[in-house]
Amino acid sequence: MSHATQASESTDSVTPPPNTELLLAARNLFCERDDRVLFKNLDFAVRPGQVLQVRGSNGSGKTTLLRIVCGLNDSYEGELSWCGEPVADVADDFYANLLFLGHRVGVSKALTPLENLRWTCTLNSAVDDAELLAALATVGLRGFEESQCFTLSAGQQQRVALARLLLSPARLWVLDEPFTTLDVRGVTQLEAMLHNHAAQGGSVLVTTHHPLNVPDLEVLDLG
Amino acid sequence: MVERIDSRPRSSTTTTAFVATLKRELILAYKRKHDVVNPFMFFLIVATLFPIGISPEPERLSLIAAGALWIAALLASLLAMDNLYRADYEDGSLEQMLLSPQPLYFMVLAKNIGHWLVSGLPVVLVSPLIAYMLSLPEGSYMTLFLTLLMGTPVLSLLGSIGVALTVGLGSRGLILAVITLPMSVPVLIAGTMAVTETQNGASLAGYLAIMGALLLGTLTLAPLASAAALRISVS
Repeated sequence: MSHATQASESTDSVTPPPNTELLLAARNLFCERDDRVLFKNLDFAVRPGQVLQVRGSNGSGKTTLLRIVCGLNDSYEGELSWCGEPVADVADDFYANLLFLGHRVGVSKALTPLENLRWTCTLNSAVDDAELLAALATVGLRGFEESQCFTLSAGQQQRVALARLLLSPARLWVLDEPFTTLDVRGVTQLEAMLHNHAAQGGSVLVTTHHPLNVPDLEVLDLG
Repeated sequence: MVERIDSRPRSSTTTTAFVATLKRELILAYKRKHDVVNPFMFFLIVATLFPIGISPEPERLSLIAAGALWIAALLASLLAMDNLYRADYEDGSLEQMLLSPQPLYFMVLAKNIGHWLVSGLPVVLVSPLIAYMLSLPEGSYMTLFLTLLMGTPVLSLLGSIGVALTVGLGSRGLILAVITLPMSVPVLIAGTMAVTETQNGASLAGYLAIMGALLLGTLTLAPLASAAALRISVS
């Protein structure tokens, strides 16, 4: 009932990444929730340098799919592979190269943006404070580094989470509705970040209802 | 316009991630002081009620002093446990911890240690004072202090399993107590027996060995169980 739609456009603006093998591949995914089939026979693949938008109406299983990819949901059937190997066999490499941003963005309201970012980044990679401050300034949080996050707006909290994108060495970004609370400038900036990541050979799996302005966008329709 | 700050892939070590998680736990405790102060005050109040409810006579109080202190410490630990993973679950930090390439065992252990430092340790430190109020027989202070020092981390580590199992549930009510208290009973028995039996001339070393075994056992196994329970709760 659902299948990957390859809506690839011409690739003149992005230099093709040197490594063209598949980064992430899903084969024959099946997921059922409360006796309702969310998707079956779902195949898709993410190449280095590809931005793949997962589209679908509310309740079509976009978030579930993203959580399955990340290993946060194991109630599915099918195969997931990372660089050609089953994810379970290369879990260390997979998680070292995965950045997930969910509905709940992982920003503690009691902590400051700096403390939040420091912890979430340290879980994956070594960062120093100068880099953290630079990343926060880039996402427009200069002057808010030391305010507790409950004093910030939802969009600003989202930006704290987005600052991780600037610091993470991860090759695969899995972003669940990252645009929802952002203002117009934030949207443009995030689109530029996605494009930049893809141009450097990274891959993005993103759900959004927002029309994405990213070159070479491909779409996976969940119906 | 948007540049990656640093494209060198430098991975963090388990040690730095462990230290960062421990630090975060302590900062969070500092910022949410009521979470720390409430269980401590609860411990003081429960312990204070015993002389009022039973008898202020030192002879009768001294019989129940060790047990009363242990029960108060156990209940205070239970009260403190509830917020160990809940805020992290609600704001998504827990998912980030689960998706870290670092072993979840050490992240959970760091959270447990941080949590015990702010909720268990104050209870241990103030226990000799409360024991004096409850007319604990002289000579038992060191026994009580040492067994609490080794026993309260066990309570925290066991409680962590229960909290991890129930963190995804909407309304939990008493389910945490139902899961956690039966597991805590051996610690309670060992702790109170150590105090009463050493008063009768038994050697302290044996009881400390039992407490030490309980502590080492839970220290190695409980975070594994908590980690597995967290994975179930999040999915």
